Amino acid sequence: MAAPDIVMYEEEFNQIKGIIAKLRVDANSKVVFLVDKNGQQIAAHGDIENLDTTSLASLTAGNVAATDGLARLIGEKEFSILFHEGEKDNIHISIVASRVILVVIFDERSSLGLVRLRVKKASEELNRVFSNIMAKVEKERASTGTTFESPFAEITDEDIDSLFS
Amino acid sequence: MTFINYASREINCKIVYYGPGLCGKTTNLQWIYEKTNPNAKGKLISLATETDRTLFFDFLPLELGTVRGFKTRFHLYTVPGQVFYDASRKLILKGVDGVIFVADSQVERMDANVEAIENLMVNLKSQGYDLLNIPYVLQLNKRDLPNVATVDEMKQALQRKNPGEPVYEACAARGTGVFETLKGVAKLVLADLTKTQ
Ligand SMILES: Nc1nc2c(ncn2[C@@H]2O[C@H](COP(=O)(O)OP(=O)(O)O)[C@@H](O)[C@H]2O)c(=O)[nH]1
Ligand SMILES: [Mg+2]
Repeated sequence: MAAPDIVMYEEEFNQIKGIIAKLRVDANSKVVFLVDKNGQQIAAHGDIENLDTTSLASLTAGNVAATDGLARLIGEKEFSILFHEGEKDNIHISIVASRVILVVIFDERSSLGLVRLRVKKASEELNRVFSNIMAKVEKERASTGTTFESPFAEITDEDIDSLFS
Repeated sequence: MTFINYASREINCKIVYYGPGLCGKTTNLQWIYEKTNPNAKGKLISLATETDRTLFFDFLPLELGTVRGFKTRFHLYTVPGQVFYDASRKLILKGVDGVIFVADSQVERMDANVEAIENLMVNLKSQGYDLLNIPYVLQLNKRDLPNVATVDEMKQALQRKNPGEPVYEACAARGTGVFETLKGVAKLVLADLTKTQ
């Protein structure tokens, strides 16, 4: 496979949740969430009860992918920050550790300047966590030849049928 | 790129429906959406033109249940079929775990099918994948129409693997074969997780 799988372990997951919870408070924002570049949500924090976070994750990733494509067309590596301004709510999107998308939704109680400042700090912390994860994945791969112990070694038709029943 | 979360015991897989324009990719997703239990699915998102042609992608998240203690989610995507959307198609293949090729069984669409499979192979390669090594199934859609090629002819023209990839006959407009196809690729994707990388 081309890209290594993302694997999330308990320890790093808790660190990530801590970092985005803190970012939400520090940036005075409504929602903070993390998505991988393929559109899968990693973690979310804030007023998410009435928010379709799965769709948000997929569309964010589509948005970033399209913008990356645009960047390369004009000879840029990427646009590291995207900002969408609405009447009430705004979305700030940035790339962390080259592979994860950090999204902050905020309204007039905060400001773009504050969000940028706090995102920068949180990104450094997230960078460290994701380096740790990649190091663990590499170590696992080196020692066992696989990224993880699959629970599906002997998946059966019945397993699949029960999933779709 | 499967996303495995040990902390919450979740596995997320990305499945892409590929094929020429108007072969029935969006129709497959619509059928799955209609027939899935409300609490197992998210919204069906279609980024489409005003005339309902897929512009960027359709997206349907499914949260089906647990296998071996892991909550298993499938994220289904379709690509836009028209030739000039090639850049978008490439983007959607990023991190794909399994591909369903939807072929249009009408005789006059056979060239378009072949062209789309060649395009799939090229675009997969540009993302670092080889069609021959990834979970992949072939759906022969629109079997209800009068002017269709025979199953053998289509296998001959469209199968790329040896032994051949699984083939499912379908009439997506009525739902025939839709879930069979999805189950087929789902099984390959989950079984593939065990392979050494
Ligand atoms: N007769 C017939 N028509 C179909 C079938 N599946 C899809 N269609 C029709 O083909 C057209 C294109 O389908 P769509 O899903 O939008 O194609 P896409 O471009 O691959 O997304 C629509 O008018 C569908 O109703 C099928 O199995 N039989
Ligand atoms: Mg479509």
